[in-house]
Amino acid sequence: MAHRARPLSPHLQIYKFRYTMGLSITHRLTGLALSVGSILFVCWLFALALGREAYGTALELLSLPLAKVIWAALIVCFCYHLANGIRHLAWDLGLGFEKRQARASGAAVVVATILLSALVLFFAFDLAGGSA
Amino acid sequence: MTELRTPLSRVLGRGAAHEGVSHWWVQRLTSVALIPLSAWFAWSVLRFDTLDYAVVHAWLSSSLNALGAFLLVLVLTWHSSLGVQVVIDDYVHHDGLKVVAVLVNQFGHALLAATGVFAVLKIAFGAGA
Repeated sequence: MAHRARPLSPHLQIYKFRYTMGLSITHRLTGLALSVGSILFVCWLFALALGREAYGTALELLSLPLAKVIWAALIVCFCYHLANGIRHLAWDLGLGFEKRQARASGAAVVVATILLSALVLFFAFDLAGGSA
Repeated sequence: MTELRTPLSRVLGRGAAHEGVSHWWVQRLTSVALIPLSAWFAWSVLRFDTLDYAVVHAWLSSSLNALGAFLLVLVLTWHSSLGVQVVIDDYVHHDGLKVVAVLVNQFGHALLAATGVFAVLKIAFGAGA
């Protein structure tokens, strides 16, 4: 297709950076990371279905230091995407659109992510310790 | 004449792609469903003492847990494919590359969903290794 040059809307670098913009792009990035993570989740389930031996191998791979870092990162991504996802659902209901409210809810998302991640990671590492 | 859309098209409100807001709506629907599903899964798994085969296999052999895991896999892969779709729509502008990206996204997620569902059902129905 031959496109004629058409006027463009102002792109990202035109706008003054606000941390709410960072929160928005982080929602996408964590979503993408979780999409990749869902491959790991399904592999884990499939290994469980294949039997004791395959599952043992999968668990060994998941216990590698690098794998633990990936799992921990995915847990943080999940907590963020969950908290910010609820914020997005509130927006879809028409709530919290005012600039001040959006900033406050953004800060709440960051705090919620830290607390929830810490809680889940605490139990997850306890669990990983039990398996090793 | 300023209005190019027919009255029927306007009243159906489905736009040029003939599916209107269904992508947007299903993304919200699946996100709402994922809140209790993922919370249930995380709660269940984090309560295990170990992740050993016997423990996890026994847990997933229960019908209720299998049903939950079945729903989780389906809704998760559905939500994930819709999300990646939006990212492709926004950032992949080359026509050929876009088709490839959309194919990989949809085939990939279909494969993930099928594999996950197969695994859950196999364990639930207790077939041998």
